[in-house]
Amino acid sequence: MQSVQLIALGTSARQLGLSDVRSGILKVLPVDVQLSDLHLDIDAALDSSRKQYHSTQILAMILEAANAGTSKLLGVTSYDLFIPVLTFVFGQAQLNNRAGVFSTFRLNNEFYGLRRSDKLLLQRTVKEALHELGHTFGLRHCMDHPCVMNSSTYVEDIDLKPGDFCLPCLRHLQTVL
Amino acid sequence: MTTAFDPADIRIMIVDDEASVRQSLEAWFLDDGYTVVTAGNAAEALTTMQERTIDIILLDIKMPGMDGLALQDRIREFNQDVVIIIITAFATVDTAVRALKAGAFDYTTKPVDPDELSILVRNAVEKIRLRRENESLKESLDTLQFIDEIIGESAAMRQVLDLIRTVAPTDSTVLILGESGTGKELVARAIHMNSKHRYFPLIPVNCGALAESLLESELFGHERGAFTGAQYRRKGKFEMAKGGTLFLDEIGTLSLKSQVDLLRVLQDKEFHRVGGEQLVKVDFRLVCATNSDLESAVKEGTFREDLFYRINVFVITIPPLRERREDIPLLARHFMERHAASTNRQVHAISDEALAMLRDHDWPGNVRELENAIERALVVNRSGIISPDDLPLRTASMTMVSSGDTLADVERDHIRRMLEEMNWNISKTAERLSIDRVTLYNKIEKYGLKRPE
Ligand SMILES: [Zn+2]
Ligand SMILES: [Zn+2]
Repeated sequence: MQSVQLIALGTSARQLGLSDVRSGILKVLPVDVQLSDLHLDIDAALDSSRKQYHSTQILAMILEAANAGTSKLLGVTSYDLFIPVLTFVFGQAQLNNRAGVFSTFRLNNEFYGLRRSDKLLLQRTVKEALHELGHTFGLRHCMDHPCVMNSSTYVEDIDLKPGDFCLPCLRHLQTVL
Repeated sequence: MTTAFDPADIRIMIVDDEASVRQSLEAWFLDDGYTVVTAGNAAEALTTMQERTIDIILLDIKMPGMDGLALQDRIREFNQDVVIIIITAFATVDTAVRALKAGAFDYTTKPVDPDELSILVRNAVEKIRLRRENESLKESLDTLQFIDEIIGESAAMRQVLDLIRTVAPTDSTVLILGESGTGKELVARAIHMNSKHRYFPLIPVNCGALAESLLESELFGHERGAFTGAQYRRKGKFEMAKGGTLFLDEIGTLSLKSQVDLLRVLQDKEFHRVGGEQLVKVDFRLVCATNSDLESAVKEGTFREDLFYRINVFVITIPPLRERREDIPLLARHFMERHAASTNRQVHAISDEALAMLRDHDWPGNVRELENAIERALVVNRSGIISPDDLPLRTASMTMVSSGDTLADVERDHIRRMLEEMNWNISKTAERLSIDRVTLYNKIEKYGLKRPE
């Protein structure tokens, strides 16, 4: 069975609710999920003028810190992420490779001036986790079906897509899981 | 299934002197499935264009050597087709105007909002697709695309597909009628995916699920600072549907106030975000659906007549499952495959007895109820072949045997049966029984009905 390690970055696993995220992943993907105790300092990825963290650099740090092996490495942070040309990204992952990272920063209702909803936050967080993992398992964005691999460029987009994979994406996952 | 459009057929070139920008844009577009190449300067870009066809160029203005605007001029000398999108760090109105005059398709500044970038590129893709369509013969629309979720070979469903085929390429508003669970959203999706709006989103809004107070911000969005704590602009559904399709499900449940709001937007084709000054243009195709009788609602005064006429333009009625029993085996096998894949279960067949039972059942909850039944069967199944024992169905006669003679007995059994068929979904069961949810809860308590584990 493929295994996934969830790595808390900069915020504790508990504050990020990683055990709930783990359960959410297990409901959809037949993988083994562990909460990693890896302690990773991501300060070097901070762009102080933008007050955001460079997600590509975080991916490199995760890969460097991790042991050899085949498990997928999914970093989770509450800090805002970016790649140079974009104002922000929800997350980034290596296509068909080991590492992915995503942020809960823009998944919070409060960020949009709406009433806090822990349930919605968890739903969005699990969707982001599945989406980035999907990339590490070789899936690109899915355009033709309602699917967690639909690309999302703003938070309402994430709410619109379902929390699981469409049949064609599942068929691909079955070949690698 | 043939796909009308494969993103890999769109070749994007990123021209930027900064390696980190090239890499991040390349990764971003590779995730979407586009074919991507990069160039670090004008000379490299021109060499690439000699070697291969490029459809879209994302072009940085400020580069050492030949700058972006000069490169654009050069490219335009020999290639009128390539779509050029200028991305620059320092925007001045001057350069923007120059770039657009010289034939740039669009213009944006770094850092760009992901949503804006994806809309820019989708617009470009749409332009390229239209041109390709004109070059080859018009894309054949007699075959429907992306409809593998709509399953059925019955005459009734073939007629539905015919109607979809007719209306999809037009811009006409569509009203989809059908009992709950018949798959109205799938039909809306098929219309969307076979229309020119398909490169833009399909935005479903379940009017019944939204509280009146939430609906306004949900539909119209709000501006940053519209109320305390709103640090970020929120897109409303009207805006999210830009260029795409807005699907208003359960439109019969809209309050009169929301009906007025909606009607105004449809008439004026523009609106304000909550707390906003600026007018936002509306640009979407409208598809509505309902399981209620809008005509009588109009007579009773609970649905506005003017709104009714606006949405009742082209009607597609989806038959209930019991009127197309011949489709049940196909559907059952489809759901079996779907759920076996997602749960990793080795279930590969449905016994003839089980199929017969499925065919005979009345399916008040329609396709959705059938899907739930199959999903449950997969969970309890041990043999790899779904048999009658795996199905959560009891024939009506079996249920009636156990019931007493009083009206209360009959009511209790009927409610229990409906709850089971609806998977104990209280709202759906109440709807089927034509009672409100509170009444249903009271009856559940009165008869001591319990949800089975
Ligand atoms: Zn993605
Ligand atoms: Zn998919």
